[in-house]
Amino acid sequence: MVSIQGKSLLGLQGVPKEEIELILQVAKKMKAVVNSGNKKLSLLKGKSVVNMFWEPSTRTRGSFEMAAKYLGADVINFTPRGSSIQKGESFRDTLLTVTAMGVDAIVMRQKQEGSPWFADRCVDPIIINAGDGAHEHPTQGLLDMFTIQEVKGHIDGLKVVIVGDIDHGRVARSNIYGLKTMGADVHLVGPRTLLQPELEAMGVKVHYDLKEAIQDADVINVLRIQKERQGIGFLPSAGEYNSLFGINRDRLKWAKDDVLVLHPGPMNRGIEIEPDTCYSEFSSIQEQVKNGVSVRMAVLYLTIMGGDDVDTTR
Amino acid sequence: MTLLVKGGRVVNPAMQQDEICDILIENGKIKEVGANLSADGAEIFDASGLVVAPGFIDMHVHLRQPGQSGKETIETGTKAAAAGGITRVATMPNTKPVIDSAIIVDGMKYKIEREAKVKVEIIGAISKGLQGQELAAMGAMAKEGVAAFSDDGRYVENCDFMRKAMEYASMFHKVIIDHCEEQSLVEGGNMHEGVVSNELGIKGRPAVAEDIAVARDIFLAEATHTPVHIAHISTKNAVELVRQAKKRGVQVTAEVTPQHLILTDEALRTFETRYKVNPPIRSEEHRAACVAGLQDGTIDAVVTDHAPHEWEEKDQEFNLAPSGFVGLETSVGAMLTYMYHTGHIDLMTLVNAMSTAQAKILGLDAGVIAPGKDADLTVLDLDKEWTVDSSKFYSKGKASPFDEMIFKGKAAATIVNGEIVMKNGEVL
Repeated sequence: MVSIQGKSLLGLQGVPKEEIELILQVAKKMKAVVNSGNKKLSLLKGKSVVNMFWEPSTRTRGSFEMAAKYLGADVINFTPRGSSIQKGESFRDTLLTVTAMGVDAIVMRQKQEGSPWFADRCVDPIIINAGDGAHEHPTQGLLDMFTIQEVKGHIDGLKVVIVGDIDHGRVARSNIYGLKTMGADVHLVGPRTLLQPELEAMGVKVHYDLKEAIQDADVINVLRIQKERQGIGFLPSAGEYNSLFGINRDRLKWAKDDVLVLHPGPMNRGIEIEPDTCYSEFSSIQEQVKNGVSVRMAVLYLTIMGGDDVDTTR
Repeated sequence: MTLLVKGGRVVNPAMQQDEICDILIENGKIKEVGANLSADGAEIFDASGLVVAPGFIDMHVHLRQPGQSGKETIETGTKAAAAGGITRVATMPNTKPVIDSAIIVDGMKYKIEREAKVKVEIIGAISKGLQGQELAAMGAMAKEGVAAFSDDGRYVENCDFMRKAMEYASMFHKVIIDHCEEQSLVEGGNMHEGVVSNELGIKGRPAVAEDIAVARDIFLAEATHTPVHIAHISTKNAVELVRQAKKRGVQVTAEVTPQHLILTDEALRTFETRYKVNPPIRSEEHRAACVAGLQDGTIDAVVTDHAPHEWEEKDQEFNLAPSGFVGLETSVGAMLTYMYHTGHIDLMTLVNAMSTAQAKILGLDAGVIAPGKDADLTVLDLDKEWTVDSSKFYSKGKASPFDEMIFKGKAAATIVNGEIVMKNGEVL
């Protein structure tokens, strides 16, 4: 029996296929709950989850909060503003303080790569990484895979192209690790300054020409281009990025007819993606948001309560 | 006071000597080296089964004084040296204030006199305040006896300034030691740039930053006919640049650390700050090139870059923690275990790199076992198995990439000026 009870979800690198399949399968049941009239379950009744976000986040934090509440857990949001972090408390001490309050899981987003690993060594509660710098964002990787599986029926053998700033992209890394484990054919494309060829060591194919990369693609995952990358040696301008790597309806013709377009959000329309694409029949971008809640419900339930299935009638 | 070190295997690179013999020490000096020596009333140190080497030197250490006694002090750092078998250290000037004037050197000498367990050489700054703009008072510091000049921790960016520093230092027959990482290429970087940094999403410090810096220093040394010493060399191309420069007769020397000879960036996958250091622990091809450089004499010296920090400073997220970790208490064990017992280098090479060669680079009358010399000796137990336990370090710094590793080989005793300052791990 596969179980991830008591296990932290730090990243998707090294997570075995069976565990990813388990999360996706339970997420499917959770989605039925999200779609139903009564979303309130008592599966995590008596459990508490803390959202610790050192970086601003609306959608991910909201998604985790909603997921925990749908499951009946108590949730507190812990943000740096006004907290002891600004009084100079160390990361370890902050974690110890929160742990002493008796939480079962800590969902954390932190600017520094590897901080969830540090947290996992410091304290006992389950650590769920909600994004560590440019490293991983495992639940985003899982919800992208969930969406692909939902639309395409499977993941293995699909050509998935990730477009954008890969070097600084935690979404990219979690996608790569998860998709490789699930048997997809992963391609990366973006400017040479934001995509190092050494990434091929991860078992992916690196391109610098968009047309070549998205030829016959089944899925295109479009990443957000951070505006601060412009003009400091990474990119001359957002406009030039758009002309070289922007995804629009014309360019989708290079891919398969039934290509699926994903974007983790928030979108810069007119830079990495055009309105004719993001609101089109090819896009599942809104569905990704809904799936995010379902996947996070599955992750919280399975790490806290365990088991290899879930009874959502409770 | 007389001490007779009996029956040890004397490994003495300066004389290409490797034989079992006795060493008679009187009043802190070596009196005689030979077979079956005896002396009435002498204290006997039984060295049978052990190796006796000229006192090990570590020419790249941060004792952190003045100003950072929370990280380390002359007392704790030199106890750590004694525990590790090191009889003499050279301490770097990136302190608070910077060691860039004669009066600070003088103050250091006063403290060293009273508090140090082993000998301490002082390295003066190249530039005032390590700012890389104005020459520090090299002449005055040379008069106070500094061993060399360095802005360690920072690369001397400006080419013209570095040229003048080399020229000026050469008047006093002192070597310039440079920390070679071109700043614009490593800005914001926290580990070696490569496959692992890409997988971890951590901004890298690319090898090319060191290659460029080392190339510049070699060409300046060549153009000015002055010596330069490359601190903690760590890249394949830098080793090759030094190799070729030596063939051309350039006065360049280089040192390497145990971490760059033994570890690779694979270790960083746990995000533990005890692996964070500059230059960073690099990938296998660079590590292998450093070993080859040590084997063929391209790299002269093995040093630790002992860089203690307070526990709270290292107990942070990886990117936020300061770079550097301790090494004085692990260098002998690490080198014997991973370089000697594995057959990468022989004992003569190891002793040369950890003693004789360093004395030569700094122009010290040390690193040799011969009558008339100071009786500084490092006694090695080649086969002693032990587990590194950083909580037991004499150093204030506890972060070590070698923590919990099992070593084969350890310093059994440290003798400074004929006095046994460490025996079986206990600093006396």
